[in-house]
Amino acid sequence: MNIIVCIKQVPDTTEVRIDPITKNLVREGVKSIVNPFDAYAIEEGVRLKEKFGGKVIALTMGPPQADAVLREAISLGCDEGVLVTDRAFAGSDTLATSYTLSKAIEKIKDYDIIICGKQAVDGDTAQVGPGIAATLDIPQITYVRKIDEIKDGLITAERATEDGYEIAQTKLPCLLTVVKEVNVPRLPSLKGKMKAKSAVITMWKAADIGGEENRLGLKGSPTEVWKIFTPPPRPQGKIYEGDAKEAVNQLVDAIKVINR
Amino acid sequence: MSGIKVDKNKCIGCTLCVKACPFGAMSMVDKKAFVDLDKCQLCNSCVETCKVVHAIEIIRETTRTPDMEKYKGIWVFAEQRKGVVQPVVFELLGKARELADKLKVDVACVLMGSNIKDKAEDLIHRGADKVYVVDNPKLEHFLDEPYARIMANLIRKNRPEAILCPATVVGRSVISRVAVQLRVGLTADCTGLDIDLENGYLMQTRPAFGGNIMATILAKYHRPQLATVRHKVFKEAAVDLKRKGVVEVVNYDNSFFVSRTKILKVVDEVTSTVNITEANVIVSGGRAMGGAENFKMLEELANVLNGAVGASRAAIDEGWMPYSHQVGQTGKTVCPTVYIACGISGQIQHLVGMQSSNIIIAINRDPSAPIFTVANYGIIGDVFEVVPLLTKRFKEVL
Repeated sequence: MNIIVCIKQVPDTTEVRIDPITKNLVREGVKSIVNPFDAYAIEEGVRLKEKFGGKVIALTMGPPQADAVLREAISLGCDEGVLVTDRAFAGSDTLATSYTLSKAIEKIKDYDIIICGKQAVDGDTAQVGPGIAATLDIPQITYVRKIDEIKDGLITAERATEDGYEIAQTKLPCLLTVVKEVNVPRLPSLKGKMKAKSAVITMWKAADIGGEENRLGLKGSPTEVWKIFTPPPRPQGKIYEGDAKEAVNQLVDAIKVINR
Repeated sequence: MSGIKVDKNKCIGCTLCVKACPFGAMSMVDKKAFVDLDKCQLCNSCVETCKVVHAIEIIRETTRTPDMEKYKGIWVFAEQRKGVVQPVVFELLGKARELADKLKVDVACVLMGSNIKDKAEDLIHRGADKVYVVDNPKLEHFLDEPYARIMANLIRKNRPEAILCPATVVGRSVISRVAVQLRVGLTADCTGLDIDLENGYLMQTRPAFGGNIMATILAKYHRPQLATVRHKVFKEAAVDLKRKGVVEVVNYDNSFFVSRTKILKVVDEVTSTVNITEANVIVSGGRAMGGAENFKMLEELANVLNGAVGASRAAIDEGWMPYSHQVGQTGKTVCPTVYIACGISGQIQHLVGMQSSNIIIAINRDPSAPIFTVANYGIIGDVFEVVPLLTKRFKEVL
């Protein structure tokens, strides 16, 4: 069974903050990390390989330094890393990204399951997973919280919904997006770390994956950022302390007033 | 070539762009603006600030939807679960009506499912002028492929200029496929939607970088413009039983209902009766709750306020509540009218999941807990003392 895990290098958004004076994003010293949801995708891919054999390829699109997330994926059990990187991809929105990754997947060719994290924490769109499935015209099960069975070219999995879950079955090849509940990712092994260090990352440019020029990067991106701004800060809250009963009464009275 | 360009002949070295760039991508080289392409996010801030001499330009040689001007009207994807139209649809209808009135166009809904035809009138009462109904037993459960195929077909035939879709498990899955099939733009989780009256663009505003910054997104040259919106962002449209509209039942042949995926079973397991993303009031507990048994106290408070119980990641990881109740970056993003954080310190991962709530009330022992920085009201005290008192007091006054 061959698995492709699509991952993304993201800024650690928990460390991104706004400079109170200039109102700009302070990104100095902010680490780049593997998108937290992709850690579950990597783990699930490696578990499937351990059960069924085959290999796991980690795939990412990004600047040259994004090879760090592929090495991390290899340290966690992935066999190979593919980095799609080219200035031609700059400015890609989710449509162009879905297309670019799909072209890379077509070049990898031999796969049964593509696994993505449910969304990336920098954009929070959850669009690229289904976007790849639609571009490749393969079925998808999004928000997978458990894979029940893979047999006879069919996969059965639990998909998390707002009210609980549903059990879906689909044909391979297919694409899954996974949620946190699906597994508990392992830590990298020493052997894995050594392997990651010496691994040769495959680098593909736009010309290597082919594809129509007007579907890549800025040209292939219908959406554009028109304006960015800092949200107005929340007004200073009213904080009560001292006697608990008194504080509760004051708080409830204050809320009653605004409800009126 | 597409991309950002600085015209060095026009640049006067004023450094305004350096100050305007939120990503630290602009600097001065030989007294002229220089863009670090690795850092640049093409956010347009420098272009805006360089209005006097127009030295900076972002060139987009993008494709265009043919006959763009023929796309008219605002649509809403009327998601139903088990035959019930989801409340978020009525919220989207309220917004769609407002946008359509600005543009002087119609609002239409797309309603798909099995035995759901009679729900079309409800959508008209909430502001729709027209409802496209696709009613077929094969659509009983949500399935990505037929839903996306039918939606794309309806769009190709009827050409709406914009479509609003709930940012739910179903909505996000289907609309992403539709966007790819039509090769149009899709903006996720919009918190603000408006019309640029001059050009007719849908101005789609959404948080970026964990809510630290807001971005307004346009899809100037592609129709329809697709946007998803979470629960509780917009106000529900009022019911007007006198409103009239057109219900158009659209029939498709079997090829449209083909699906490689099938649903074997649907299981509901939300422990409290309310799904937290739809709740008006959420009472959440964190690590300081100390154990699963103490969440009972939060349930009592939630019951009095007709709300639901949430939890921080710390409490979920301890196994005190099921994952479906987790609020925060790796859980759910919520924006209820009132959010009561009990014994939650307020790590940034939690804050990004609840900071757009209308009123935030924090109860915590530690006056320096970050949760107080976003709270409208706070009580510094012990949750075990304060929460029962709050329950009692609300019972008295409500």
